Amino acid sequence: MFKYYGKWAPHLFLLPAGVILLIFFFIPFFQTIVLSFQDYSNNIYNPSWIGIGNYLGIFKNPVFYKVMLNTFIYLIVAVPVLAIVPLFLAILISQKIRGITVYKILIYLPVIISIVVAAIAFKWLYADQGILNYLLNVLHINSVGWLTDSKYAIYSVIILTIWKGIGYYMMIYLAALMSVPKELYEACDIDGASFLQKHLTVTIPHIMPTIALVTTISSISAMKIFAEIYVMTKGGPLNSTKTIVYYIYEKAFENLDLGYASAMAVILLVVVMIFSLINICCFERNKYQI
Amino acid sequence: MMKKILKSFSIHSVLIFTSLLSIFPFIWLLSTSLKGNSENIFAYPPALIPKEFTFANYVGVWHRVDLMRYFINSMVVAGGTVILNLILSSLAGYPLARMEFKGKKIAFFAILATIMVPFQAIMLPVYLITLKLHLVDSVNDVAGFIGLVMPFAVSAFGIFLMRQAFLAIPREMEEAAIVDGCNVFQVFWKVLLPMVKPSLAVLAIFTFIGSWGEFLWPSIVLTKESMFTLPVGINNLQGMFSSNWRYIAAGSIISTIPIIIFFLAMQKYFIAGENEGAVKG
Repeated sequence: MFKYYGKWAPHLFLLPAGVILLIFFFIPFFQTIVLSFQDYSNNIYNPSWIGIGNYLGIFKNPVFYKVMLNTFIYLIVAVPVLAIVPLFLAILISQKIRGITVYKILIYLPVIISIVVAAIAFKWLYADQGILNYLLNVLHINSVGWLTDSKYAIYSVIILTIWKGIGYYMMIYLAALMSVPKELYEACDIDGASFLQKHLTVTIPHIMPTIALVTTISSISAMKIFAEIYVMTKGGPLNSTKTIVYYIYEKAFENLDLGYASAMAVILLVVVMIFSLINICCFERNKYQI
Repeated sequence: MMKKILKSFSIHSVLIFTSLLSIFPFIWLLSTSLKGNSENIFAYPPALIPKEFTFANYVGVWHRVDLMRYFINSMVVAGGTVILNLILSSLAGYPLARMEFKGKKIAFFAILATIMVPFQAIMLPVYLITLKLHLVDSVNDVAGFIGLVMPFAVSAFGIFLMRQAFLAIPREMEEAAIVDGCNVFQVFWKVLLPMVKPSLAVLAIFTFIGSWGEFLWPSIVLTKESMFTLPVGINNLQGMFSSNWRYIAAGSIISTIPIIIFFLAMQKYFIAGENEGAVKG
């Protein structure tokens, strides 16, 4: 094909987006790294270079380990649930039944609701004399301090995250299920396979890449949890719900310890980048082929 | 036959149960917001249907909090973010899909790299830069709005979405336009852009939902109550009405109505099973 555009036309088209990404992405990216080697804790207007001092401080800080543990709990509880339950629901919805659209809308509703409203709604369910404790009492179980007991608080927040994520991942699975060849299911029916056998032998192997994709996406979002914590618990009680992003926020915007916050941000960055790289290289390759 | 009915019955039961779980927190919030002052909202057993049905909480919260203002602010921010994303993403997606040029690989991988870095990790310098550029509400409202929008004015997701859309258009379209005497910008604007409308719609809708629900960035930059977006304003209700759950519930429900209407109007885009969304914050 003949070249109908001038030499600099492509660059001109890319320029506006490039400027925005430069100012609000690339500069901050490198600035985060630079800040992480500086000490702002004594004088915010006159930081000093301390090399890896912030990182050493972080690895000696018990709160940081607590935060890491919380993130780890988030990962091992929320991620498997969000990989499995939406798949199960997607399989049910993809059966030829009535009312699919209504089910889809209702199950997707939590996804589009603002996280702040969702967190408030859950805070109300979790109230000390709230409806969930009433249900427990009906079952002769003592009331639980859903958000006030440091043993349970993180799980209560995780339940919200799961509730809000199910519809989203279900839609991803539904799209993937459409690509499973119908003939395979027909073959199963002829062989007299049961519902469970059919999906264990055909569906699951066929959409394994999507399961892996959902796992990495939900892991990445689990590491970025902030609003739930901010609205519901502010990281408490006793740091039991403090996540890495909330801790960065607290250090940066409340304690104004910019260097320390940036060092934690770099740690977050490295971990998320590893997960994203896996994602892009293994599961979404076709989308990002040059 | 019996087996078939049983199967369909169990599928429906699971889906009805899940649907109820999905909406119950809102139903309970709605129920609380409609209960009058003399009705105990902590009553055992809890009453789902208000005994003393009233809209007083809605009237009360509407008078004491400028929800309309929050709504307008959210509209301005989400609208601005959507428009900028549509323009910038399609401008950038076009050369990446259709042109050969020096530095294309670098541009491609630079944009791809931005997918890997979460905003949460770089938010502090983004804030410092926004302050330096005087794009905060303490300067003036317009600057405040620009500051709310700019960090999200373009995303790699949008650029790649538009690039994919342009890739799918047959080359002959451009050739014909060139023969007809269009220049490169006219090819883009008059020929290609109208052909990628479905992708533009998808991008607009997901950007809108994402921007509408955004909480972290506005809660960092906003200082004036009159600039609050809905999520920030609704979170603020908790402090204003400490334990007046009737008001908090009423405010939350009001703030949710617009987005539910939007969702129902656009539902085919969400539930067609085609989206690989950017909604996830």
